[in-house]
Amino acid sequence: MKIALFIPCYVDQFYPNVAIATLQLLEKLGCDVSYPLTQTCCGQPMANAGFASMTAGCDKNFIANFSGFDYIVGPSGSCVLHLKEHLHDDKRPEQAAAIRKNIYELTEFLTDVLQVKNINASFPHKVGLHISCHGQRMLHLASMSEKVEPEFSKAEQLLSQVKGLQLLKTKRLDECCGFGGTFCVTEEAVSVRMGQDRVKEHVYNNVEYITGGDMSCLMHLEGILKRKKSNIKVLHFAEILNAQ
Amino acid sequence: MNKTIEDHSKAASVFLQDEQRATWHDETLWFVRAKRDKAAHQLPEWEALRDLASQIKDHTLSRLDEYLVQFETKANENGVTVHWANDADEHNRIIHGILKKHNAKNVVKSKSMLTEECQLNHYLRDHDISVVDTDLGEYIVQLREEQPSHIVLPAIHLKKEDVSNTFHKHLNTEKGNKDEVYLTRSARKVLRQKFITADAAITGVNFAVAETGGFVVCTNEGNADLGAHANKIHIACMGFEKIIPKAEHLGVFLRLLTRSATGQPITTYSSHFHRPKEGQEMHIVIVNNGRANQLGRKDFKNSLKCIRCAACFNTCPVYRRSGGHSYHNSVAGPIGSILAPNLDMRKNADLPFASTLCGSCTNVCPVKINIHEQLWNWRQILMKEGYGGTAKKASMKVMATVLASPTIYSLSGKIGRGMMRIMPWSVNNKLNPWYKHRELPEPPKQSFTEWYKKKRKHE
Ligand code: SF4
Repeated sequence: MKIALFIPCYVDQFYPNVAIATLQLLEKLGCDVSYPLTQTCCGQPMANAGFASMTAGCDKNFIANFSGFDYIVGPSGSCVLHLKEHLHDDKRPEQAAAIRKNIYELTEFLTDVLQVKNINASFPHKVGLHISCHGQRMLHLASMSEKVEPEFSKAEQLLSQVKGLQLLKTKRLDECCGFGGTFCVTEEAVSVRMGQDRVKEHVYNNVEYITGGDMSCLMHLEGILKRKKSNIKVLHFAEILNAQ
Repeated sequence: MNKTIEDHSKAASVFLQDEQRATWHDETLWFVRAKRDKAAHQLPEWEALRDLASQIKDHTLSRLDEYLVQFETKANENGVTVHWANDADEHNRIIHGILKKHNAKNVVKSKSMLTEECQLNHYLRDHDISVVDTDLGEYIVQLREEQPSHIVLPAIHLKKEDVSNTFHKHLNTEKGNKDEVYLTRSARKVLRQKFITADAAITGVNFAVAETGGFVVCTNEGNADLGAHANKIHIACMGFEKIIPKAEHLGVFLRLLTRSATGQPITTYSSHFHRPKEGQEMHIVIVNNGRANQLGRKDFKNSLKCIRCAACFNTCPVYRRSGGHSYHNSVAGPIGSILAPNLDMRKNADLPFASTLCGSCTNVCPVKINIHEQLWNWRQILMKEGYGGTAKKASMKVMATVLASPTIYSLSGKIGRGMMRIMPWSVNNKLNPWYKHRELPEPPKQSFTEWYKKKRKHE
């Protein structure tokens, strides 16, 4: 099983520890992981801003880097979703289709493909969970509060295997954090207010960490926490699942 | 009247300046959303009902012409006069014509977002006809010369003290008395008088049934019935998408509508109108006003399935934190942001961006409109048509160029994580909106790629 590691551009640049944790975690679980070195970005920042027409270059580069693997795994629901929905190249339609099919967000790769039942990690802390909307509502990594459907959560399934971890839920289970790509600056006031409201619930729960599957949401929440000089830290799932 | 700010983001930041009021607005609407969840979860067949509603609407939209003509024929047979209006102006002229013929000077009107869309009140006022909105929430905003901020809860932006002050000013109620019962009774006293002394009644239409030529109006206050029954002229206004094929389909929509809207099992009054009573005239005005255009847009056609329940408003985290007026359109919220650009792209180019695309709207929508996907689609069209401005396009171009090229990407990344400067959030100065209330992540010494190359290349 040949696996390619996809690291979103802002994770590569700002959160290398998340990428390292993802790599180590997958290897610990016995995967043969390659990291294509000339990867850049999935193209989502442009597309969500209304410029999907400008993503051809990103698409081309992505296909050049990621063709020929059994699976592509990335620690970001949002970027993976974008690729699943929008990656295309008129010159190489089959390769694009194969990537759209074989690309997985990290948690779903662990629960659905590797079917991890015993993660062998330890993290004795109080943790709050923030599932990104793209991960939850579009990749269906968890049941959604709006729908009448059986409850499940792939993230919780994994976090429950971590020794010592105490998970504390927020009252509004799955409200958006307000990051939203360029929304975070074009609608600054609403974006910040949404983030502050999410943070408030975690503060109320007295957690030490907020974790999630998308560093973009966590970066936004972290920015608010730091400005408020809060002690709460953010950590990506991968970092917790890789913790000993 | 407060001047409308024609930019969602600016209006939202003004709305959020009053933190407590914003909290109250968010929590009140969240409470309505929670009631909706509870009501939905009481029906195990909820998702199947949504599927059914969606299919009926899809089917109807594919044969609108047939069903509308069938409806007209049946309604005529029932003794109802059917009028067709191609735009807002024609709608207003038709209604004015009917009223003028009967020398009607005072009109009571129950809730109709269509008449808001067409600005009927202004039109009739300019022609010396007085219109009183009889839905309590609409009456309040009418007294304040404001627009409804929500299609189901028109005065949800106001608190009790605002209503108390408004009534004190216009209805001479006791200053400072905020008691709901007192305030409601005071309004009721005035409105009763209006019902009795009016010359004509205007109502909206929730569902028009093709096979019977009848229509249903849903209210919680009974004000549509009161107006329609107490008057010699009843004019009902509907956008052409209100049509459904059969009476039995009402069973699907009436079960969904109010559960989605407020969490009630059904509206207090679901009034079925078929024919005028003795001595009464009944008119129906069927309006296009841009709907045919939307019907022709492949990506947005199914926005016409909307039954105006406002569930997408109540669940929208952006709507709850920006208020209905920030959408500067008669229909606000996520669905308004899809309908508005169809009417005027330039004026409403900001609205599809007033969303994080979180998708909660799509999940609550009882007729399964893919709202967040349509917002994304509008963004593409608006930028293609040049409504984003040249600066935005240029910065996106830089971003696209850097991100498409591994060489430029890794070079610009090396210089103090400089690559991230092209990201919208990352310029580290006070001018960057990100930085106003948020810190930026600390740039690490090396990127993951650099780490990987050092650690792994030679393994
Ligand atoms: S789009 Fe759907 S949820 Fe929103 S008002 Fe219309 S029917 Fe209700």
